Amino acid sequence: MIIGIPKEIHQGERRVATTPAVTEQLLKLGFSVSIETGAGTAANFSDEAYQEAGATIVKDVKKLWSESDLIIKVRGPENNPTLDVDEVELLADGGQLISFIWPAQNEDLLNRLTAKNLTVLAMDSIPRISRAQKCDALSSMANIAGYRAVVEAAQHFGRFFTGQITAAGRVPPAKVMVIGVGVAGLAAIGAAKSMGAIVRAFDTRPEVKEQVESMDAEFLMLDFKEEGAGTGGYAKTMSKEFIAAEMELFARQAMEVDIIITTALIPGKPAPELITQGMVESMKAGSVIVDLAGEQGGNCKLTQAGKVVVKQGVTIIGYTDLPSRMAAQSSQLYGTNLRHLLTELCPEKNGVIDVNMDDEVIRGATVTKAGKITWPPPAPKQMTSPAPQTEAPATKAVAVASKPLMPEMAKQAIILAGVALLLYAVGANAPASFMTHFTVFVLSCFIGYEVIWNVSASLHTPLMSVTNAISGIIVIGALIQISSPGWLITLLAGLAILIASINIVGGFLVTRRMLEMFRK
Amino acid sequence: MSQGLVTMSYIVASILFIFSLSGLSHQEKARSGNRYGMIGMGIAIAATVMSDTVSSYSIIIIALLVGSFMGTKAALHVKMTQMPELVAIMHSLVGMAAVLVGYANFIDPTSVLTGVEKNIHEVEIYIGIFIGAVTFSGSVIAFGKLSGRISGNPVLLPARHWLNLGLLITSIWLCIHFVESVQTGGGTWVLLLMTLIALAFGVHMVMAIGGADMPVVVSMLNSYSGWAAAATGFMLGNDLLIVVGALVGSSGAILSYIMCRAMNRSFISVIAGGFGTTSGGSARVVEGEVQKINIQEAAELLQDARNIMIIPGYGMAVAHAQHTVNEVCKLLLDKGKNVRFGIHPVAGRMPGHMNVLLAEAKVPYDIVYEMDEINEDFPDMDVTIVIGANDIVNPSALDDPNSPIAGMPVLECWKGAHTIVLKRSMASGYAGVDNPLFVHEHTQMLFGDANDSMQAVLKALRN
Repeated sequence: MIIGIPKEIHQGERRVATTPAVTEQLLKLGFSVSIETGAGTAANFSDEAYQEAGATIVKDVKKLWSESDLIIKVRGPENNPTLDVDEVELLADGGQLISFIWPAQNEDLLNRLTAKNLTVLAMDSIPRISRAQKCDALSSMANIAGYRAVVEAAQHFGRFFTGQITAAGRVPPAKVMVIGVGVAGLAAIGAAKSMGAIVRAFDTRPEVKEQVESMDAEFLMLDFKEEGAGTGGYAKTMSKEFIAAEMELFARQAMEVDIIITTALIPGKPAPELITQGMVESMKAGSVIVDLAGEQGGNCKLTQAGKVVVKQGVTIIGYTDLPSRMAAQSSQLYGTNLRHLLTELCPEKNGVIDVNMDDEVIRGATVTKAGKITWPPPAPKQMTSPAPQTEAPATKAVAVASKPLMPEMAKQAIILAGVALLLYAVGANAPASFMTHFTVFVLSCFIGYEVIWNVSASLHTPLMSVTNAISGIIVIGALIQISSPGWLITLLAGLAILIASINIVGGFLVTRRMLEMFRK
Repeated sequence: MSQGLVTMSYIVASILFIFSLSGLSHQEKARSGNRYGMIGMGIAIAATVMSDTVSSYSIIIIALLVGSFMGTKAALHVKMTQMPELVAIMHSLVGMAAVLVGYANFIDPTSVLTGVEKNIHEVEIYIGIFIGAVTFSGSVIAFGKLSGRISGNPVLLPARHWLNLGLLITSIWLCIHFVESVQTGGGTWVLLLMTLIALAFGVHMVMAIGGADMPVVVSMLNSYSGWAAAATGFMLGNDLLIVVGALVGSSGAILSYIMCRAMNRSFISVIAGGFGTTSGGSARVVEGEVQKINIQEAAELLQDARNIMIIPGYGMAVAHAQHTVNEVCKLLLDKGKNVRFGIHPVAGRMPGHMNVLLAEAKVPYDIVYEMDEINEDFPDMDVTIVIGANDIVNPSALDDPNSPIAGMPVLECWKGAHTIVLKRSMASGYAGVDNPLFVHEHTQMLFGDANDSMQAVLKALRN
C-alpha cells in the first residue's frame, strides 16, 4: 500500500504529517511512502532526508494524491490555491485519508467526503482512553502549545522568569497563572516552572490539584463546592454562583501576577470568557496574557485570534498556530501518533490497513467509511480505566464482622496460665539431668532469637543453607550410637552419618559458593 | 579423649556456630562466619570420634567420605535458581537422620535409665522421631513442589483441619501407649505406626500449601529440622545438639514469622493451608485495557529515565534472566542512570531467593534494597521494571479489603512515572487475583519470555 504525504497548504502551516524517522518505521510496517517535494521544508526536514529514509519524492501533486492508497495529512482537506482545486477532489474515488477533520464543526466537509466514497479517520476523534494515548494527537499538540505559550510569553515579557540576587540588586521571580489544567496547562506549568517562575494554576476540576502540586506549582482553591469534571477529560459549564466566585479569584490574581496563560475550553461551545477588560486593565504594565483558546473566541475579552495586541501596556497573544510554530517538534509527535494509529490499523504488519470497526479506537476515529457517515461513534463502553486508588490506606478486612469470642485480656491470661502450669508440671516432675538440658535449650533459643534478627534480609538464603549445614550436627548423635552392639544399630547409625555428612559438606560448600557471589 | 575434653570441644563448637550465624548480619563478615561454622563442625566431629565411647572407625570414615562426596557434588553443581529445592531436600535429610538416630537409640540395649528418667527418655525418642518424620516427608513434598515434580496448587482434602487434629490426637494417644508398652519390652510396632502417621501428617500439611506460600513452608521446615536436632539432643543428653537445634529452630521460626508478616498472613493460616478461603466477600474484578509496549519503546523509556527501579520476582528465576538483567543494569549504570533493585521479602520461593540470584549474576549488593528501604522512593522513579512478579506489586493488597492478599505490604511501583511489566502472557499470578497494576494508566506490558525480552532491550539500548 502506498501512503502519500502532501505538503500542507493551509496558510502559515509549517507542520508535515511524517518525518524521516517515522518514515522508516512505516516502511517496517510494510507500507511504501511517497512524499510531495518540499513537504517537510518548513519543519526543517529536507527531501534528501526523506529519500534516505526510504521514501519516494513526488513532484506532481495530482499524481501523489491519485496514486496513493492512503493520504495522511495534518490539516483537513481544503482548497488548493495553486491548483485551484479542492483536495477532496484530488483524492481517488473510494480512497482513504487520515488527518484532523473536526467533524462537529465541518459538516459540509463530511458530506463532501462521503460523496466520494471515502474512508476517513479523524485524528481529533480518537477516543481518549488509555490504550489510545499513544495515538492521541490532540494531547501531543496541546503539550506543544502549552510549552510554546510560555516561550511566547517570555518573548514578550521584559523581565526574567527566575528570581535572582545579583550584585546589581535583587530580581523578583515572575508570577505565572495558568487557567485550565489540561495537557496544555500542565505543559505550560512545567515550562514556566523550569524557567524559574512562581506558578499558580486553577481548574474547575478539583482532582487535578494533585497533578498541579506534583509539579511544585500552587493550586488555587475556590471556597466553593461543585464538581467540574465532564466527559472525556474535559470540564463542563459551571453554575452562575461558581463562575462569580471564580471571576473574583481571577480579578484578585490579575492584579498580582505578571503572566496569565489561559487554556479553558468546553467541547462544542465557544470558549468561556474568564479575563474581562477590567482585569486586563488592572494588570501591571508589561504583563503578558497568552490565550490558547483564541480560535474558539478566546478566554480573554480582548484577544484577537492569530494576533498579538497590546492593550493598556498588557500584551495579549492570541496565536492559534502554536504547534505549527514548533513545526519540527510537532511534526515528529504527530507523525509518531499517526504511526501508532497505523500500527493499530495494520496488525499483520503487511502493509495493508484494515479499518476494523470492532476496535474501539479505530471505530471512534473513523468518521466516514466507504461513503457512509459513521460519526459520531456510539458511546464508548468505558470512559475511564478503573485506575486503582494510589493513596488508599490499607483497610482492615471486615474486622467488625464477628465479635471475638473473648476479650484479648482474657485470652492472654489463659495462655499465660497454661504456660505457667506446663512449666510447673515439668519442674515438679522432671529429674535434675533433664532440667540442665532444658536450661541449655531455653537459653540457646534466646541466643538464636537475638542473633537471627540481626541477619541481613539479603542473606536469608545463605542463612538457610548454613543452618542446613549446622543442623547436620545430628551426626554427633549417630557417631555416639554407632559403636553400640548390634548390626541394626550400626546400620541405622551408619546411614545417619552418611546422610548428615551430605548435609554438612553440602550445606557449608553451597553457602560458601553463595557468599562468594555477594560482591560490592 | 576424656569426657571433660569432649564437653569443652562442644562448648567451643557451640560458640563457633553462634559466630557463624551472627556473621550473616553483614555481607563482609559472612564469609568468615561460614568458616567459623566449618571449624566448629570439624571440632565437634573430631572430638566425638575421639571420645572413649566410639570405636567403629572404619564405618564412620566410609560413611563420612561417601556423604561428603555426595554433598560436594550437590553443592558444586546446583544452579542458583534451584536453591529452594536444594534447601528443601537437605531439610528432609536432617529429618531422616533424626528418625534413624531415634530408632538406633530406641533399640540400643546399653541404656541404663530407670523410672521417670526412663519414661522421659522414651517420650524424647518418640518426639524426636515424630518431628524428624514430619520434617522428612514435608520436605520431600516441598522439594517436589519446588522442582515442579508435583503440582504447585494446594491440594485441599475435605475436613482437612479435623484430619490434622485427628492425626495429632492419635499421635499423643500412641505416645502414652508407647511409654506403657516399653515397660514390658515392646513398643516397636507403636513406634513404626506413629512414624507412618507422622509421615502422612507431613505430606498432608505441605500438599495443602500453594506455591506463593512456599517461602513460609521452606523456612518452617528449616525450623522443624532444628527442633528435630534439639529433640535428638534431649534424647541423647547431648548439649551440643540441643544448642544447635535450638539455634536452627529459632532461626527458621523467625524466618517464617518474617515471611508471614511480609504477606500479612498469620502463621496458623499458612500452615492450615488453602488460599482465600477465609476472606469475606468477593475480590473486586478489575476491568480495563492493558497497554502494550514494544522493545524499542521500552528501551527509549529507559534511555530517557534517570531513576530506574527493577523489581524481580519468581518469574525472573524461572526465565533464568538474572544475568541479562545484570547486563542491562550495568549498561544503564554506565550511562549515568540511578539503577536500583527493590526486593520484596517473599519474592521467589524462599527467603532471600532474589538476592542470591542477583548476587550470582554479579549485581553489586549495595544497589539491592529491601522493600522497606525503597518503598518511599517510588514517586521519584522514572521507570520501574517489574520482571515476573505479580502479587508483590499488586495495588489491591492496599485498597481492596476483599482481595485475598489484602493488607500485604507491596512494592508501590504504580506511584512512579512509568512501570514496564515483563510478563509471559496475560494469565493471573499464583494467588489467582487480577492485578490492577496491569491496567494502570502508567503501566505498559512487555509480553514474552523475560530473558528474551531483556536480551532484546539490551540490544536496543546498545544501539
